[in-house]
Amino acid sequence: MNIETLLGLPELASQHGAEVDKLIIYVHYLMAALFVGWLAYFLYCLVRFRRSRNPRADYHGVRGHMSTWLEVGIAAIEAILLLGFAVPLWAKVVDEFPSDEDSTVMRVVAQQFAWNIRYPGEDGVFGRQDAKLLGSDNKFGYDPNDPAGDDDVIPGVNDITVPVNKPVVVKLTSLDVIHSFKLYNLRVNQDAIPGLMVPIHFVPTLPGKYQIVCAQLCGNGHAQMRGFFTVLEPDKYAEWLASQPKSKAAAISFE
Amino acid sequence: MAATTTAKTHEAHEAHHHEHHDPGFWRSYVFSSDHKVIGIQYGITSLAFLFFGFILIALMRWQLAYPGKAIPFVGGLLEAVLGEVAAGGVMSGNLYNSFGAMHGTIMVFLAIVPLAFAAFGNYVVPLQIGAPDMCFPRINMASYQCFFLGGVVMFASFFVPGGAAQAGWTSYSPLATTIPTDGQTYWLIGMVLLITSSLLGAVNFIATIIQLRAPGMTWMRLPWFVWTQFVTAFILLLAFPPLEAAGLMQLVDKVLGTSFFLPTGLMTAGGAALADVSGGGSPLLWQHLFWFLGHPEVYVLILPAMGIVAEVIANNTRKPIWGYRSLVYSVLAVGFISFIVWAHHMYLTGMGTKISTFFQTTTMIISIPSVIILTCLFISLWGGSIRFNTPMLFALSFLPMFGIGGLTGLPLGFNFSDLLLHDTYYVIAHFHYVVAPGTIFALFAGVYFWYPKITGRKMNETLGQIHFWLSLICMNLVFYPMFKQGVSGMNRRMADGGATYLGVDDVGSGELVGTPQAMIDLNVNISHAAWALGLAQLPFIFNFFWSMFAGRRVENDNPWQATTLEWQTPTPPPHGNFDKEPVVYRGPYEYSVPGAKADFIPQNQPDPA
Amino acid sequence: MDIPYTTTPREDTGLYNAKVGIWLFLASEVMLFGALFSSYILLRVGADWWPAPRSILNIPIGTFNTAVLIISSVTVVLAWASLKMNQLSKFKLYQGITILCALIFVGVKSVEYTEKWKHYEIWLNDGSNYSGHIDVNGKHNPFFYTHNKLVSEGVTEITFTKDPHKYGDPLPEKAAGGGEAHAAEAHAHESMVIKTEDIKRLSAFVPAHSTYFAIYFTMTGLHALHVIGGALVMFYLWITAGSWFRSRPEQFTNRIEVSGLFWHFVDLVWIFLFPILYLM
Ligand code: HEA
Ligand code: HEA
Ligand code: CUA
Ligand SMILES: [Cu+2]
Repeated sequence: MNIETLLGLPELASQHGAEVDKLIIYVHYLMAALFVGWLAYFLYCLVRFRRSRNPRADYHGVRGHMSTWLEVGIAAIEAILLLGFAVPLWAKVVDEFPSDEDSTVMRVVAQQFAWNIRYPGEDGVFGRQDAKLLGSDNKFGYDPNDPAGDDDVIPGVNDITVPVNKPVVVKLTSLDVIHSFKLYNLRVNQDAIPGLMVPIHFVPTLPGKYQIVCAQLCGNGHAQMRGFFTVLEPDKYAEWLASQPKSKAAAISFE
Repeated sequence: MAATTTAKTHEAHEAHHHEHHDPGFWRSYVFSSDHKVIGIQYGITSLAFLFFGFILIALMRWQLAYPGKAIPFVGGLLEAVLGEVAAGGVMSGNLYNSFGAMHGTIMVFLAIVPLAFAAFGNYVVPLQIGAPDMCFPRINMASYQCFFLGGVVMFASFFVPGGAAQAGWTSYSPLATTIPTDGQTYWLIGMVLLITSSLLGAVNFIATIIQLRAPGMTWMRLPWFVWTQFVTAFILLLAFPPLEAAGLMQLVDKVLGTSFFLPTGLMTAGGAALADVSGGGSPLLWQHLFWFLGHPEVYVLILPAMGIVAEVIANNTRKPIWGYRSLVYSVLAVGFISFIVWAHHMYLTGMGTKISTFFQTTTMIISIPSVIILTCLFISLWGGSIRFNTPMLFALSFLPMFGIGGLTGLPLGFNFSDLLLHDTYYVIAHFHYVVAPGTIFALFAGVYFWYPKITGRKMNETLGQIHFWLSLICMNLVFYPMFKQGVSGMNRRMADGGATYLGVDDVGSGELVGTPQAMIDLNVNISHAAWALGLAQLPFIFNFFWSMFAGRRVENDNPWQATTLEWQTPTPPPHGNFDKEPVVYRGPYEYSVPGAKADFIPQNQPDPA
Repeated sequence: MDIPYTTTPREDTGLYNAKVGIWLFLASEVMLFGALFSSYILLRVGADWWPAPRSILNIPIGTFNTAVLIISSVTVVLAWASLKMNQLSKFKLYQGITILCALIFVGVKSVEYTEKWKHYEIWLNDGSNYSGHIDVNGKHNPFFYTHNKLVSEGVTEITFTKDPHKYGDPLPEKAAGGGEAHAAEAHAHESMVIKTEDIKRLSAFVPAHSTYFAIYFTMTGLHALHVIGGALVMFYLWITAGSWFRSRPEQFTNRIEVSGLFWHFVDLVWIFLFPILYLM
């Protein structure tokens, strides 16, 4: 039996995702082996030791230490999966960030029930933010007088576009409650937590139009908090970027 | 020995005396301090809540299968009772979230814990250890009263303006704090009452097991069920207070406007900064405190169930449980380790490598004692003489069902695979397999098994078997497809069953990629199976009440020919349980002892000198 | 059968039931306060602002209260010991002192609380902020005003009397040692009239003021509830002592031991609370 098809993982579209899938598949092989083995033994017992067949029970039952070896074996396999896969792969995903120059960097700010997006523009620097400037007309506290922010690119809400095969760095936070930024096909998931900015990175490998799922209950519109994540060939991306409004022109509001 | 015991109990006797002359209806059934009555009170109340929890999910399953369509039959009623949130008989997002949060809360804190721990524990544990009652009968009564009040508060919260709590059973702040409903405040007050109830119960159970074991009932002669209750009580005792602290802080946040869980610069939905709020708090603090309870709590849900299964299996294989000592050490190990795995629910909050490595490692370690427990129970079957009666069927099917649930915990336990599976229906399927066909089946086994002790009559066997087979089939039809839905990208807590994220699973096609239609369609099948599962309980409910009056009377006090002490008392046991103090001579599962006349030797039967 | 070991200890455990019960209960209490202490640490570590407590709280009064509790935990032992030596009247005396100490503690605490609730901090739209006292519609030091409340009551302006030293700032030399900050407030400094529309935020030193006050009031409040609960139980035992002790001396002595254990725990919590909230 082929566990991959049985599981029905969504089509893969990112670099590190291959390893996520590998781990999921290996764990499921372990689970399947245990389950099938145990189930076979279990059903055998039920038939072999039913009352009509075996009217008098054996006080001692199984003697010997098979089960101990089995338990040690399971522990060993779990240790291998843990130390050989989960830990190092996680470290790679959360620690080894690509440099900003080599990647598409963006800030994503979640709010009930939308994703706000800002690219740093040509200078690669975001406009200055200051909590003191927060207000109902400046929800992100951007300093309108900071020239670094003038060329920041602000596409419409809920629409992220990136070039293929280039690392993407998303600096993620939230304005109001906890949301979660999830891209199934890219095997990306990170909570957006107010008061914290958490960066994540990944490399999309297939052009296409994906959906950003909000994976954390965030209120009555949670099910509808959808964004789009478009991966384009580099030239198409450049075209797209040029057509987007810049901070100075776009006024301050994101609405 | 006997002489000292009577002397010791003398004063207690006096203090008790006037109470028992003519207890009357209220004292006997409502404000009773007898552990058996309290156990039954807990049992009935929690079964009612189990049913109520199911009703909530049955309604939610309509919305998942047919999003936006009016609920047939009861839609109008919902609108009449709850108003706006069910306008036109359609379940709004708010109502869906309320029902979801309350389904989780009710199932966990008002149905399964009180049934598995408080009901069975209260009724069975003192009997099994040969005690006349709990250590502190009046505290025991107070425990039930707090529980009942907590239930009333939770129930009332459906009818307050804004409706019941809407932030999931996990009540994550800031959502829980800023959401404009008083339901959350009710939820917090209800939780404080329920926690108080659990604490009183836990103190009582532990003290009883330590102090009131009959002479000869050494630790290694305790039925394993008592061990599971003992460890469960410790978990409740030590894991619940942090949630109580967290609940207090969230309550203060809501009522007095503090910011324990609200960071600086928080905005409301409208985009205005929250006025008159200081900020400076931490949303993650809530999650840590919640899961510090939340994880141990899931072992509260499973350990008593495992205990019941062990009792039923020993009795119906007619042989000792294999590896009693391993079972005892494993359950202790589970108890200890359960306190240090909590953050595996929080991998995706932005956790670094070091911390997540710690929690992954502990999570893998805790799976080992679970495997040992299951292995021991499996091996116990070998060489048995298996009777397939209703309690045994439920107990047996617990094993593979818990197996599926437990095994699917593993891919969630590795942070790197949790990356995909977190907050999907895979998680829903994982834990429902453990708590629904797992724990609930074990509890059914317990009900069928101990029913004759409580009522003096057996439940009907044919109805029992029908109940079993239908439940087994429906449970799997409900929860198995959820694994597939989850892996393919369906998220939990979606009021529309994931319809918003419909798409194709073919990136190259150029169309919008998302949850395939086939997976969304599964919602309909699952809902049908869930409603069928509800119908499958009718034979049980009928059997439960009918057998009280018309069930076959048991021919003696020990109808299952069991070894443990609860079967060596009159049926039903009188106040004080035992006519004279029992003395224990042997371990709990002396079935089919070579050379013995009968195939079971009760624990209190002296050796033939 | 009746419940054994309600008064005499069980041989193998050496404990009577209630003693097992109280130790278990205290274990859960340790977890309850432990969670709050952990929260305190987490909030403080993550805070961008944390006041120097000695500029807010009155350390001599806090020290006095600490001493009161320590005395009470001596007398609570003496009370128990008196019973062991069969001296009921001495017991009455010591138990009485313990209860008195509890009352003093709660009394002092409530004075401390109300003083805080009358003390305000104000943040103005121009970015300045002060601490001091307010007058609203001629009422001096009213309770629990916030900006929202001013608006909803239609108040257009208030009078604000600034403290000589803004709390949270380092104190001048002299006051720092003697804790005379509050005395210094007596000779009030500049008063000013502030328009409601200029106010960004107004908060008394109540839990909502800041996470510091939130945790301060939550922890000391919960502790005070324990003090009151303990005092009520001890009071009940105090008034029923005579007949109870004469009829069932052993049982009564056990009750006193158990309530004493609880009382020690309440003291111990305060011994931790005092330094982290008043001194550090
Ligand atoms: C009783 C309840 C219960 C039990 C016992 C468990 C047991 C386990 N759970 Fe589960 N879990 C929950 C209830 C439970 N869980 C709940 C309620 C949630 C979700 C909460 C929420 O978010 O709302 C959750 C979520 C959850 C998560 C978070 C997922 C996420 O949100 O992303 C994780 C991650 O590590 C996890 C892991 C585990 C592990 C490793 C075990 C291990 O202990 C399992 C060990 C057991 C085994 C390894 C099986 C051994 C047996 C066999 C192998 C026999 C096979 C038998 C036959 C074939 C016949 N669980
Ligand atoms: C112990 C816990 C427990 C139990 C037993 C159940 C039982 C069930 N649960 Fe639940 N569930 C949770 C705990 C539990 N659940 C939690 C914690 C969540 C997450 C909530 C959140 O998101 O915050 C959840 C969420 C959840 C969801 C996801 C909702 C969402 O994410 O949007 C779904 C979806 O189908 C579901 C379905 C079911 C079903 C069909 C059952 C069935 O198995 C029910 C079977 C029960 C019966 C059929 C009733 C039997 C009645 C009797 C026997 C009464 C007899 C009475 C007398 C004799 C007096 N549950
Ligand atoms: Cu945003 Cu869910
Ligand atoms: Cu867990």
